[in-house]
Amino acid sequence: MILTRKEQATLFAREGFGRARALWQPRVASAPLISQKSVAGPVPWVIAIMTALTVIAAAGGLALGGIARTAAADLAGGVTVQIAGPAEAEAERQARAAVAALVKLDGVTAVRRLGAKDREDLLRPWLGDMGAGAMPGDEDLLVMPELIELRVAGNAGPQSLDRVRAVLAQAAPDASVSADMEWLAPLQEAISALQWLAVALVGLLITATAAAVLLASRSALTANRDTIEIMHLLGAHDLQVARMFQKAAAMSAAAGGAAGFAVAQATILLLAGKFAALGPGNTAAGLRWFDWAALVLIPIAGVVLAGLTARITVLATLRRMP
Amino acid sequence: MTPDAPSFELREGSFGSSTGPIVRFENVGLRYGAGREVLSDITFKLHPGRFYFLTGPSGAGKTTLLKLLYLAQRPSRGVISMFGEDAVNLSRARRPELRRRIGVVFQDFRLVPHLSVFDNVALPLRLAGVPEEELIGPVTDMIEWVGLTLALDQRPSTLSGGEQQRVAIARAVITRPELLVADEPTGNVDPQMAVRLLYLFSSMNKLGTTVVLATHDTSLMNRQPDAAVMRLERGRLDDPTGMIRNPPEQRGRR
Repeated sequence: MILTRKEQATLFAREGFGRARALWQPRVASAPLISQKSVAGPVPWVIAIMTALTVIAAAGGLALGGIARTAAADLAGGVTVQIAGPAEAEAERQARAAVAALVKLDGVTAVRRLGAKDREDLLRPWLGDMGAGAMPGDEDLLVMPELIELRVAGNAGPQSLDRVRAVLAQAAPDASVSADMEWLAPLQEAISALQWLAVALVGLLITATAAAVLLASRSALTANRDTIEIMHLLGAHDLQVARMFQKAAAMSAAAGGAAGFAVAQATILLLAGKFAALGPGNTAAGLRWFDWAALVLIPIAGVVLAGLTARITVLATLRRMP
Repeated sequence: MTPDAPSFELREGSFGSSTGPIVRFENVGLRYGAGREVLSDITFKLHPGRFYFLTGPSGAGKTTLLKLLYLAQRPSRGVISMFGEDAVNLSRARRPELRRRIGVVFQDFRLVPHLSVFDNVALPLRLAGVPEEELIGPVTDMIEWVGLTLALDQRPSTLSGGEQQRVAIARAVITRPELLVADEPTGNVDPQMAVRLLYLFSSMNKLGTTVVLATHDTSLMNRQPDAAVMRLERGRLDDPTGMIRNPPEQRGRR
C-alpha cells in the first residue's frame, strides 16, 4: 500500500501514541491459549501412581542385583574343605596336614581351620546345644567334621579346585572340597528371575503410562478441538499447536512424576531402613548413587514420554485438517 | 466507535500494491466424498482493494465457497490462486503463511471462550510471533476501534451477539490482512448494529483490504454502492463466465 505523507504522519503519530499509552496502561492478564487444566485431566495422578510403582519395581530389581553382587563378591574366592568320616583323632591329623599343605599352595591367599567352637556355632541353629562337648561322654554320638576355609585369588573356578584337591589327595584323603559359589548358584538363579520380573513390571508400567497419556492427550484434544481449529485457521503452524500441548502434557507429567518419585523414595528408604535393621550383612540391600541416578531417570522418562505422546497425537490430528 | 481506523503496523507490499488479482478461481468444483458437487465450475477473480458481496439463498454454497477462500477446504477440482500462489497444491508448511494474509469473520464468531477480549484479538499476532510489548498498543487500539474498550478483559460469554461479532471482526483485521472474508457477519445482529459492522468493513476496505462479505441482506448491499456482487445459486455462480458483476445501481432492476 502506498501511503501519502499525511497518512504516514497520521499513522506514525497514532502508533507512537498507542505505544506510549501501552506503557502506562495496566497489562491485561493473559490466559494460556491451551489451559493446563484442560490438557492435564487425570494425567498427573496417573503419572504419579505409575512413576511410584515403576520406581519401586526398578529399585527392587536394582537392590536384588546389589545383593547378588555383594554375595558373589564375598564368596567368589571362597573354598571350603570338609574332612568327615574318619575318627576324630584321624580327622584332626588330616586337618593339620591339609592346612600345612594348603598354605604352601600358590594362589591360596588365606587358610583358616575352624575351631571346635566355630563348628558348634555353625551347627547350633540345627542342633541347639546338642553339639559335641555339650554332653560329656556322648562324643561318639556325633563326630564333628573338620572344616577349613580358604580363599584363592580371583574366582574359585574348576582349575583352582582341582589344584586344591590334588594337594589334599595325599595330605587329607578324606577331604572333600567345594567352592562357596556353588551354594550361591540357586540363590542367584532366584534373584535373576526376580530381576527379570522387575524388568517386565517396569516395561508393563511404562506401556500402561504411555497408553494412559495417549488417551488423556486424545481427550484433551477433543476438549480443545475448537481452539485448535481456530488457531489452525488463523495461521498457526502444526508444530506451534503441538508444542502447546506438548508443554502442557510435559508440565502435568513433571508434577505427577515428582510426586510419584517422592512417594517411591520414601517407600524405598523405609524398606531399606527395615532391611538395615536386620544386621550388617543386609546393608548391601541399599542402593548405590548410580542406582538412584537410574531411578531419577524414570520420572524424567515419564515427562519425555508424555510430551512426545501429546505431540504425536496432536500432529496426527492436525494432519487430518486441510 | 471512533471513526478512524486503528493504528498498527502495515505489512510491506500489502493493500493493492499489485494491480493483478489477489484471488483467482478457475473451474473450481467441490464435492464431499462420493456425493454430488456442492460447488461447480466456479470461476472468478478478486482484485486488491475491492469490496465484494457474496449472496445467494441459504444452501447455495456461500459458506463452502468462503471456506475455499480462507483455505479451510481444498477443492475437488480446478485451480485456486491466492496472492499469486497455487493454493491447491501449496505445501502444508506454507499454508499458515498464506492464512495469515487472510482475515476471517466466522458466522458463529468462533471466539476462544476462555480468553478475554484482549487475548482473542491478540491471538493472530501472538501466533505470528509478535512480541508482547509490541502487540499491546495495536490490540487496545483495535478494541477501541470496535468500541469495546470497557470490555477489554471480559470473556466472550459475557458479551452480546453484536459485541462478540465486533470482537471477531477486530481479531480478523488486527493483522491488517490483504483479504478479509466475512460469513454472514450481520446475521445475528439488529439492523442498527449491522450498519455499524458494515461501517467497520468499509473502513478496512478504504485502507486497502479486499473484503468479501457473504450476506443475503439486500439493504446492507445497497449501503455499499460501489461494491461488486457475486451471486451463488445451487453451487454455481449466476454468470457462467464467473465475472464479478452487478454494479449496485443495477441491482434494483434485477
